[in-house]
Amino acid sequence: MSSWTARLENPVSAQLRDPAFSGYLGVFFGVLAAFLAIPPIEARTLTWSVLCGVIAMLFGVWTITRGRARLGWGAVASGVLGAGLGILATHSGTTNLNTVFNAALIAQTLAAATPLVFAAIGGLFSERSGVVNIGLEGMMLMGAFWGVWGADKGGSWVVGILVGAAVGGVLALVYGFFAIHLRADQIVGGTAVNFLALGITGYFLFQIYNSDHVSNINSTIPNVNIPGLDSSHFLGPAIGHLNLMIWAGFALVILSYIVVFKTPIGLRIRACGEHPRAADTVGINVYAIRYGCVVLSGILAALGGVYLSDGYGGGTFINNMTDGRGFIALAALIFGNWRPGGAFAAAVLFGFSSAVALRLQVYSASAATLFNVLPYVLTLIAVAGVIGRTVPPAADGKPYAKQ
Amino acid sequence: MSNIDPNSSPPESPEKAAASGTLIASLALRQRAGGVGVPAATVLVAFLMGGLVVLATGHNPLLAYRDIFNGAGLNWIFHPTTNVANTAAYNLSQTLLQTTTLILTGLAVAFAFRCGMFNIGGEGQYLIGLVVGNWIGVDFAGLAPLPHILLVLAAGTLAGAAWAGIAGLLKATVGAHEVISTIMLNWIAIWVGAWLFGDGGPLQNTANPTVPISNDIADSAKLPVFWGQQQLQGLHIGFFIALAALVVFYLVLNRTTLGYEVRAVGFNPEAAAYGGINVKMNLFRAMAISGAFAGLAGAIDMTGYLYHFGQIDVQTSSVGFLGIAVALLGRNTAVGTGLAALLFGALLFGTTHGLSSNVIQPELAGSLTYIIQGLVVLFIGADLLILSVWNSRKKLRPRTKAVTA
Repeated sequence: MSSWTARLENPVSAQLRDPAFSGYLGVFFGVLAAFLAIPPIEARTLTWSVLCGVIAMLFGVWTITRGRARLGWGAVASGVLGAGLGILATHSGTTNLNTVFNAALIAQTLAAATPLVFAAIGGLFSERSGVVNIGLEGMMLMGAFWGVWGADKGGSWVVGILVGAAVGGVLALVYGFFAIHLRADQIVGGTAVNFLALGITGYFLFQIYNSDHVSNINSTIPNVNIPGLDSSHFLGPAIGHLNLMIWAGFALVILSYIVVFKTPIGLRIRACGEHPRAADTVGINVYAIRYGCVVLSGILAALGGVYLSDGYGGGTFINNMTDGRGFIALAALIFGNWRPGGAFAAAVLFGFSSAVALRLQVYSASAATLFNVLPYVLTLIAVAGVIGRTVPPAADGKPYAKQ
Repeated sequence: MSNIDPNSSPPESPEKAAASGTLIASLALRQRAGGVGVPAATVLVAFLMGGLVVLATGHNPLLAYRDIFNGAGLNWIFHPTTNVANTAAYNLSQTLLQTTTLILTGLAVAFAFRCGMFNIGGEGQYLIGLVVGNWIGVDFAGLAPLPHILLVLAAGTLAGAAWAGIAGLLKATVGAHEVISTIMLNWIAIWVGAWLFGDGGPLQNTANPTVPISNDIADSAKLPVFWGQQQLQGLHIGFFIALAALVVFYLVLNRTTLGYEVRAVGFNPEAAAYGGINVKMNLFRAMAISGAFAGLAGAIDMTGYLYHFGQIDVQTSSVGFLGIAVALLGRNTAVGTGLAALLFGALLFGTTHGLSSNVIQPELAGSLTYIIQGLVVLFIGADLLILSVWNSRKKLRPRTKAVTA
């Protein structure tokens, strides 16, 4: 065992032996299995999908035996899902198939994923600095309501974004005061934030609009229309008219990766989350870093909320609009192992599952409802360690007392 | 007054805190001895701040609180009557109905707390209890009343225990954090419940396939009502089951080996393991018992007054989450949980269905409940620490001032 790991650590042989390649190849074949069966290719025989699915599974099993259990299981799962989807697709009518799977599904996936991306990246900053944030749901909800309110009263979606982000930041600051300064239990504090947000948004929604919802706010976050893409009947509906916030979400993921892993400030943030005493000893202000990260997490989660109400929702807010999305974002963060790329991939996967769930209505409303459990089941399996370990920052959730 | 208030509000003025330092120290002592001072002050501050919101939005907070008080039927004590034709008596019976549920969902959170775990999954365990209660209540219609009721309650309890047991098992075997797993289990239960009762779901009613609501349970599965009428959602004997659960909770924790071990693990797992206690076994056991309380709550609600459940109800139910506030405010003790459940039960009914008010609309008051609940949880999570911070400030005044600056 020890000689085996030692050989793995040797850079040259590690590269040669790295089973990641076979794992990704497996995932690719799984995706291919599903892709062959749906438009625009739409193979009407089972053979190709099943073949690709089996290849994916074989690559997966091989990867597992080479030590990359998570990736391997991922490849196996994608093979099973791909073959399954392929079988389903070849058995259903072409019209239905075109309703469920078309280029717009990509746009819808990204639209559903973007609130999760913002909140998950927010949670990433907070948890990387050592503060667990299960109040993401509440911060998102506050952003959703006050964003719509700002866009309505301020007359512009820009005002909405600013107001929503500010309110999210203030709520996070309150949470930070309790979690960092008073060293209160962070789970209790986060729960309190969720209750508070539900109460405050519900109260002011009725107080201001005298209803349990508000809709048709005039100024909504605009779409970015890319000229020239409309000529392509695939790229046009897929990415030609995405909302501004979706593009901002992409940028956020890249930016947060650079900040967290490639800059001194990111190193400080991670130090506070792994070993705050050591960070303190070398002169890092742990409290300042944690406050900054928690407030940033509130701002980002709230931006996700503003997009949900004033972008995706088209200027609508209804009571308890987030409906668990903050918790899906938390799940994406955990599933993505507290890394920006991982969290993004998980958010897109969960966004895809909710977009498909919406479209499955044409087959069966009942199955569509049940499809919504997917993100939670996957995350439960992930934390169970079946598909490799999820490793949170070492000091995540532990208050730090200065000496 | 002045010596109570600073305990629960953030420490804005160190001078004031330092001046009443000895009082705080004695309060902290009483707190550890199970005092009610700090929780009561927490509630007071939460109500005050909630009142400020009401005031700021142009309503009279005193009149609003009076109407909520009456809406909860608490004015019944001035004119006691058993006749539910009287509004106060009817409202009180409805408040106690909510209290019944909250006692059990509160105990579900409290029991895990005593073993050092945060069971945030009371909502999911409650829903699973409801679902199983509805299934057995509908499908085993031929049974005689007593066995049928017992079967439903037992099945709901076990289902809740099993659901929480998943989180307990993951915690004990692979060390998965129970907060994450119970959150996931909550949402799985919510969506599975929505599927079961929804259009085309297995538990949807047979009479009207476009309405996403379950069948009514059989009459033989309905709990007897002792105050009011069954048709008008009277108070059922589940209330006494909940009170008995408080006693059981106290006895199990304080008078049995199981309770001793659970508390030992809660205090210090390493020391408990050194003392020969099987920590993993106790983590699983405590979580399962927690879930049993919440599952029982679901089964009692189903057999006591709901009788059926709908997709919308699944998605808007929040009594499981409210159990967190109940347990925290009740300091995870039996008596405290009972009192906190009464308070939140009164708030829950008094701000919504019971409220007849020109001062504040039920829609606003219902949200006010969440605000107060949030503030209570926020402050209660920090109050002991506020005390200790103030105590240390008194000792190290010059240095701590530099830290806060």
